[in-house]
Amino acid sequence: MNDFKHKILDILKEDSRRSTNEIAVMLGVPEEGVIVAIAEMEADHVIVKYSTVVNWSKVDEEKVTALIEVQITPERGRGFDAIAERIYLYPEVKSVYLMSGAYDLLVEIEGKNLREAAMFVSNKLSPIDAVLSTKTHFILKKYKQDGIIFEDKEDDHRLVISP
Amino acid sequence: MITEEEKRKSVKSMQDYLAPQVRAIPPSGIRKFFDLVSASKDVISLGVGEPDFVTPWHVRDAAVYALERGRTSYTSNAGMIELREAIAEYLHREFQTTYEPTNEVLVTVGGSEAIDLALRALIVPGDEVLIPEPCYVSYSPICSLTGGVPVGIETFAKDEFKLTAESLRASITERSKILVLCYPSNPTGAIMTREDWLPIAKVVEEHDLLVISDEIYAELTYGEKHVSFAALPGMKDRTILVSGFSKAFAMTGWRMGYACGHPDIISAMLKIHQYTVMCAPVMGQIAALEALTNGMEEKDRMVESYNQRRRLVVSGFREIGLQCHEPQGAFYAFPSIQSTGMTSEAFAQGLLTDARVAAVPGNVFGLGGEGFLRCSYAYSVTQLSEALDRIGQYMHRLKQG
Repeated sequence: MNDFKHKILDILKEDSRRSTNEIAVMLGVPEEGVIVAIAEMEADHVIVKYSTVVNWSKVDEEKVTALIEVQITPERGRGFDAIAERIYLYPEVKSVYLMSGAYDLLVEIEGKNLREAAMFVSNKLSPIDAVLSTKTHFILKKYKQDGIIFEDKEDDHRLVISP
Repeated sequence: MITEEEKRKSVKSMQDYLAPQVRAIPPSGIRKFFDLVSASKDVISLGVGEPDFVTPWHVRDAAVYALERGRTSYTSNAGMIELREAIAEYLHREFQTTYEPTNEVLVTVGGSEAIDLALRALIVPGDEVLIPEPCYVSYSPICSLTGGVPVGIETFAKDEFKLTAESLRASITERSKILVLCYPSNPTGAIMTREDWLPIAKVVEEHDLLVISDEIYAELTYGEKHVSFAALPGMKDRTILVSGFSKAFAMTGWRMGYACGHPDIISAMLKIHQYTVMCAPVMGQIAALEALTNGMEEKDRMVESYNQRRRLVVSGFREIGLQCHEPQGAFYAFPSIQSTGMTSEAFAQGLLTDARVAAVPGNVFGLGGEGFLRCSYAYSVTQLSEALDRIGQYMHRLKQG
């Protein structure tokens, strides 16, 4: 990854709605170069998706997120990958990580309410043969996500005009 | 029988008590505009001269930790030796100047104090102080307060607001003693390269001038690296290098600055410093040390971000139809509004009331500033884009009359 692409990623990470023209001006390069670089990164799956970080607690809709520690028996030949795939294909599952330490997979799920999340664990996750145990933690409040502090107190305290 | 009128005349007005040199200083043009902007609502300001970043957390944390450990006492008058060593090491590494931390470096309460100390230590009433303009608003008043005579040297957009040896030479009289430099420049964003400096250094030597070089924006350049005036051949002993942490490390409110120069001058400045402020605040010094020791990466990130916004703003102004030279340093664009036929003040006021964008009229920065507008780009890209849109609409309305 070259420095140029890195700079584009930094700008898009800050605000994925920046136009290619704006990015080109900011980096002092022709717009075509930016378009090509973004297309390449999309093709290479460096840029996977343009999404929005939402602070759901401000939205009038109930939603719960749970982090589930899962211990599994790895499968001969394919290690943890096959089980991970079985789990991440469920639409409720937002992310799956293979972890070092006391458990194997960390699974993040999202449900409309506590019951829905609990039912996913008991009806879908736990019955999988390779799953030895699960430990479910519900997220009570999100303070920071993807580098963004939700209740950012760092307002602009500067005077409107200064020397 | 004494009439009311006579009674009033016999009582001294408070104004009469004020020192004439203080009374003689006109109110700051920035202050006047500040009051106007503060009274307006929903304004996007491009008016501030400070970073929009908060001091990096590790720097704040160092100060918090210092307080927790009870580091609340005086430090040496000249500043903590560790900090002076770090400053000397940093200046040597980045700008190839060599200073002895024990007697050639003085930690001050912001760069402003360092400038005040230098002028107070050097000026004999009547001495002329040469100041290239447009420039930061404080030099001339501080100079007047010490009894010096500020002499502005106009710089021009056609020279990218660089000081030229010819105009410097033309302003020198037998009373000229000090040249105050501020490059990268607030408000024009101009920088001076080594080639630009050499003829200036020659004139300085020929006329035996001293130089106060305010290098507070040294870290904020976008192409050519900053060349310190003190690093030029033969100039170290003639130069008092003034800088600070405000702009590079987003530490404006900490008021941490420093001055470096010949031991005799630094020790004279130290005398005034120790009898007026004693020493810079200890927690600020600890934070500054942390910034110099571990803050370079964060600083680079901020500079990159200013650079991106600089391009956006300059290109935005040109698209709107306002001529704008490309600023090579600091975080100001200085577009010309001469094509509108308006004065800077009238344009800025119209922009404020009509388009709700605040920018500082160029005339407040002295000679050569009339016809320009200082726009800080230390704002988010979203705010800058919105401000440019509004300025564009304002220009459109002006054209339609």
